[in-house]
Amino acid sequence: MSDFELDSHTPKGSLETRWTQHKFDLKIVNPANRKKYNVIIVGTGLAGAAAAASLGEMGYNVKTFCFQDSPRRAHSIAAQGGINAAKNYQNDGDSVWRLFYDTIKGGDYRARESNVFRLAELSTSIIDQAVAQGVPFAREYSGYLANRSFGGAQVSRTFYARGQTGQQLLIGAYQAMSKQIDEGTITHHSRCEMQDLIKINGKAKGIVSRDLVTGKLESHMADVVVLCTGGYGNVFYLSTNAKGCNASAAWRAHKQGALFANPSFTQIHPTCIPQAGELQSKLTLMSESLRNDGRIWAPKNKEDCDKNPEEIAEQDRDYFLERMYPAFGNLVPRDIASRAVKLICDEGRGVGHAIEGKKLGVYLDFANAIKVHGLDAISEKYGNLFDMYTHIAAEDPYTTPMRIYPAVHYTMGGLWVDYNLMTSIDGLFAGGEANFSDHGANRLGASALMQGLADGYFVLPSTVSNYLAQQKPLDITKTYPEEEQALQRCSDRIKQLMNAPNPQKTPDEFHRKLGKIIWNACGMAREKSVLESAIADIKTLREQFWQQVKITGSDETLNQTLERAGRIADFFELAELMCIDALTREESCGCHAREEHITDDGEAQRHDDEFSYVAAWQYSGNLSVPVLYKEELDFEFVRPTTRNYR
Amino acid sequence: MIYKLHIWRQESANSKGDFEQHEIDVSEDTSFLEMLDALNEQLIENDKEAIAFDFDCREGICGSCNLVINGTPHGKHRGTTTCQQYMRDYADEAELWIEPWRATAFPIIKDLIVDRTPFEKIIQAGGYIEIRTGSAGEANTIPVAKEVSDAAFDSATCIGCAACVAACPNASATLFVAAKVTHLSTLPQGQIDKKRAEKLLEAMDEQGFGGCSNYRECERVCPKEISVSTITTMNKLLYQG
Repeated sequence: MSDFELDSHTPKGSLETRWTQHKFDLKIVNPANRKKYNVIIVGTGLAGAAAAASLGEMGYNVKTFCFQDSPRRAHSIAAQGGINAAKNYQNDGDSVWRLFYDTIKGGDYRARESNVFRLAELSTSIIDQAVAQGVPFAREYSGYLANRSFGGAQVSRTFYARGQTGQQLLIGAYQAMSKQIDEGTITHHSRCEMQDLIKINGKAKGIVSRDLVTGKLESHMADVVVLCTGGYGNVFYLSTNAKGCNASAAWRAHKQGALFANPSFTQIHPTCIPQAGELQSKLTLMSESLRNDGRIWAPKNKEDCDKNPEEIAEQDRDYFLERMYPAFGNLVPRDIASRAVKLICDEGRGVGHAIEGKKLGVYLDFANAIKVHGLDAISEKYGNLFDMYTHIAAEDPYTTPMRIYPAVHYTMGGLWVDYNLMTSIDGLFAGGEANFSDHGANRLGASALMQGLADGYFVLPSTVSNYLAQQKPLDITKTYPEEEQALQRCSDRIKQLMNAPNPQKTPDEFHRKLGKIIWNACGMAREKSVLESAIADIKTLREQFWQQVKITGSDETLNQTLERAGRIADFFELAELMCIDALTREESCGCHAREEHITDDGEAQRHDDEFSYVAAWQYSGNLSVPVLYKEELDFEFVRPTTRNYR
Repeated sequence: MIYKLHIWRQESANSKGDFEQHEIDVSEDTSFLEMLDALNEQLIENDKEAIAFDFDCREGICGSCNLVINGTPHGKHRGTTTCQQYMRDYADEAELWIEPWRATAFPIIKDLIVDRTPFEKIIQAGGYIEIRTGSAGEANTIPVAKEVSDAAFDSATCIGCAACVAACPNASATLFVAAKVTHLSTLPQGQIDKKRAEKLLEAMDEQGFGGCSNYRECERVCPKEISVSTITTMNKLLYQG
């Protein structure tokens, strides 16, 4: 691998004018010439669908791909709580600067100032766009848009559509995309998964896809490739991600030279429904907006943990977040809440089902909120979440407190991108959760939808155009030798998966084992020795996987076992990089705590002098020896301080 | 709990399918799809091909999962999707018949998976509000009465799973169309396009769905409990022109 200059191409000057000036500096393509350019977009969730619709409207030839049977099923749809925007409709002192500041602080000073400011700046246009598309956000009786407050913020800037904000925003983007499909500017491929990236002379010029129905491998060539393929939370096996969410597209790009940034920055969400048994296939998140009205507690005494919550007297309840963080109480950021819940359960004060001998759960109680605001008000706000909980846990949260436990929810790490959202491969862009930008070491609630849509509607259309303006359109009627080679690579890999020498175990069996290793070593709290043994375990298990994975059926027809195996094979490689990254980062920061770097009173210790950088990893040809590039973070406008939510 | 399962297996759209029998022992806290996962693990271990079925989010919102369980789309627990059914809901059943959606417009791809592309074509025919990225005005310029917005939201919750089609004796997609029309055309932003209902219904016909003759089976199985009153709303818009 050649040496590489890591340049974020961040504009200079005053923060407020950077994006405006940058947009003016970007090159544009004459409307008449746009149809000569081909754009490939992989993944059609919020970022992908929004980018496809916008680039289609501009007149480019767009080709989109998703593994689901429709773009409307992308996992953006499951985001519940809301989307932040600095509208200041509540007149409570919000501004672009405040949203910028909260996001930088929430990310524990591990994100780029320029990117985050742009995000805050674009937030208001997203709301305008969504409302015009018919997204039915919650409204006041006056007819104007309603807001609620959310973790990590002291203003009410979150727009929401009951507990289904992600669904409504995705449907908006999906419909905009559908219009472009009808107009012929977008050609869409459902049930089609990217297998590899095709590069010509070092530039991204296409992809290999596998038609999941026929098993057919195909190459698609273009002038630019955009990955909006989501996060890699499913490396943990149990997460709140949809079952199909995977890291394969991003990982294949990584192995072709795209740097992977901050892979160990994963977010553990505090308010998930605890695991109930060994057969469980996924965890379900409940919006953290529940923390606005719910109070989190655990029994003060271990003896009370087996009792029904109703039988535990008020004075025997420990409202531990309110006790530990009186200023923010139940609204502390996700990482702080998650770690506090883990701490309580590690002390043996957890409640609910025991998994491997330990009760993993605490109460989230609405009794007081119902008393103060009335049953109707609480039902109006959280009705669908309560229904969901009732279906899953077979308990009624209106009468008995919910049980919650943290689960992997979001990955801040992802493909390294510059200010233009271009990866380290020329012509390969990444948007949404697939890139690393904007959230630093921890994402604030209601910011994922904001980032996906900012990237998709507003950033990528400008920066992709700028890139295309500097390219001569590729003749896609020709066949290139690089296409043939890529097709061959993909076909070989599938043959290898289908024909393990000693097939014994199902792909899921391997995945469950991998998940346990990575959750224990690279979850909320990390430790040198544990990470080191995890790396050894991952390598051993990975070797076994390629020897023993058992896939029945054929590769020439729909085969979900094969699809899963291919994704798990990539998780095995990514998992090692996550542990290496976590090992290198000798500090506690954002979502993760290093046991060696905790203060005496249990608080996370960040080390800005040594670790104020983005860790961008390059594949070296040997998975165990990746090359680290450091992008130093420069804080010109916000001075990093120790987060204090007490 | 031990169940005798009869599961529809079919190699491809053009081959003949049939029920295959299996037996499984699972706990009542297992979800319905996790029960099928467990069965698939056993099948693979016994060198057999896993049963193909659609799923993704497993929290009732993506609309991927789609099984007919003992004759009812999405199973017996009302107001929710297949993935949110738990085996405790089937404690008093000994046998379970598991089938795909059945409708001419939805050819079977494999086993329990059908092709729902026709729903895409319906949305593409006009199931959107035209607004070019970047051209929207300030969001609070147009107030929308809360009850109008709430009603739009109620129909916007459709997840496009197509249980309504599977339950309808005519295999009609009228509820799906009406939900989209009600969502968009009752909001001030969506009132510009007066032909939305017509366009969507025409696409529905072209895609091979039947018409509505008021069986109301659709609303009974809708996991989001979308009401047939949306059809009334649509008809009103249709005749107002």
